[in-house]
Amino acid sequence: MVVRIGVLALQGDVSEHIDAFRDAVRAFGSERSISVVQVRKPEEITGLDVLAIPGGESTTISRLIEKNRLFDPIIEFEGGIFATCAGMVVMARSVDDPRVHPLGLMDYKVIRNAFGRQRDSFEADIAIAGLDRPFHAVFIRAPVAQHPGNGIKVLGSLPEGVVAMEQGRFMALSFHPELGRDPRLHIRFLKNCGLL
Amino acid sequence: MKLEELRHGTELLKRGFASMQKGGVIMDVVNASQAAIAEQAGAVAVMALERVPADIRKAGGVARMADPAIVIEIMDAVSIPVMAKVRIGHFVEAQVLESLGVDMIDESEVLTPADEQFHIDKKQFSIPFVCGARDLGEALRRIHEGAAMVRTKGEAGTGNVVEAVRHMRNINGEIRALQGRTPQEIVDRARDLEAPADLLLETVKRGRLPVVNFSAGGIATPADAAMMMQMGADGVFVGSGIFLSANPEKMARAIVEAVNHYDDPAAIAEASKGLGEPMKGLDVHTLKEGEVLQYRGR
Repeated sequence: MVVRIGVLALQGDVSEHIDAFRDAVRAFGSERSISVVQVRKPEEITGLDVLAIPGGESTTISRLIEKNRLFDPIIEFEGGIFATCAGMVVMARSVDDPRVHPLGLMDYKVIRNAFGRQRDSFEADIAIAGLDRPFHAVFIRAPVAQHPGNGIKVLGSLPEGVVAMEQGRFMALSFHPELGRDPRLHIRFLKNCGLL
Repeated sequence: MKLEELRHGTELLKRGFASMQKGGVIMDVVNASQAAIAEQAGAVAVMALERVPADIRKAGGVARMADPAIVIEIMDAVSIPVMAKVRIGHFVEAQVLESLGVDMIDESEVLTPADEQFHIDKKQFSIPFVCGARDLGEALRRIHEGAAMVRTKGEAGTGNVVEAVRHMRNINGEIRALQGRTPQEIVDRARDLEAPADLLLETVKRGRLPVVNFSAGGIATPADAAMMMQMGADGVFVGSGIFLSANPEKMARAIVEAVNHYDDPAAIAEASKGLGEPMKGLDVHTLKEGEVLQYRGR
C-alpha cells in the first residue's frame, strides 16, 4: 500500500518537507512506495495518512488556514501530523500572541521567537529521548513549548523550554529536521503512525 | 547545554531563514501602523524604509539607509521578521542594521550605490542578505558573495511589472537552456556569464538557483504577483504597490491571497474585486538614463 503524505502548502519550506519525507523512507530502506503531495484545499486532506505542517511564518500560515477553510478539516483529520517550527506554533493549545489562532490539537502553550531574532538563530546538537546519539538541530527564530499536558511525551528540552514532543500520531518540533540530512525523527514519526 | 556548542550565523541558518519566507509576500512599510496592516494582512515579513521606492524617485538626491529610529519603531510593532535596505557596497550601513537586530538586509539598487566596484562581503555578517539580480550571472555573483536570497530587480517604484518579468525570464530561461549540457560546456558558459563555475554547475544540476528567488520591482496588483509566481518566483516583494494604492489594507490582503492561489484564476479574480485604484505607475521607456535603478550594481 502506498503511504500518502501531504504537506500543507500555504507558505513556508514546503519543498524541503517533501524531499525530507522521500529521503527518510529511502534511508529506512522501506519497500513501501510513498506519494507526497501539496495540500492547499480542504478536499485534499481526505485520504492522506500523514499531514506535515511546515516551517514558515505562523501568523501567515494561521491566517491562511482559516481563509482556506482548513481549520476544521485539520482538526478532524485522523492521520499523523508532523509539525515543525511554525507548524508547532499552530498545533498548540495556546500561543503567547493573539495574532495566531492555534488548532489546539496538542496540549501545550507556545512562546514564539523564544530565542530572539534571526541573529539569535542557531544550530546545536541536542539530546532526543530514544535516539542513541544527539540530533543536529537547526533553530530559526524558533518557538518553545511550556506546560505540556499529561498525554505529551517530551523528547527534548533547552533552558528556554520544550523543543521536541510527541503524542501518539503527532510530533511537534521547534527546529527543522527537514533542513538537515538526518532522517531519524521522520522515521520515528512514521513508525509511531504504523506506516513503517 | 554549553553555549559554545551553539553555532550562530551559519550558511544553513541564513538560507534556512530565506526558505521560511517561501510562498510569502514581503511588504515595504514606512512606519509602525503600516507594518501592523501588513502583518494583519498576512505578510511574511516587512521591509522597513523611510520612503517607498516611488517616493524615493520623486524625492531625488542621495537615497540612504533609513533612520534607525524608524527601523526600531517597526521592529517593535510586529512579530514577523523585519528587513531593511542598505546602499550597494555600504558595509557600515549593514553593520548598523545588524547591530539593531534586523532579520535580513537588502543590499538594494533602490538606494544610491556607495561603491561602484564592490558589493558588500556578506559572508562577514551573521545575519542573512538578499540582493537584486537582472540575470543569472548577476544572481550567482551575489550568491558567491554570500547572499542567502536573490530577488529579481525589476524596476522599483514604477508599478510596472515588465522589468520583473524580463529578469525572471532571463534567469530561469538561462537555467533551462543549460539543461543537458556537459560540465565542460557549462563551465565555458560560466565565463560568458561572469559567474563562478561551481555555482553554475550546481544551479544547472538542481534546475534552479541554489537559494530562494523572489520577484520584485513593479508588482502592483494581485494578478502581477500571481504571474510572477507562475513564472517560477518563490515569493514576491511588493514595494510601492500596496501603500500607494487607494486601499492599502485590501490590496495587501488581495496580494497575499493571489500568491497563495497563484495557479487558480478564479481565486485571483475573487481577490482582485473592488480594490480601487492600484498605484498610478510609470512607463519604464519614459525613464531617463540615471533614473533606471536596475543598472545600479552588476
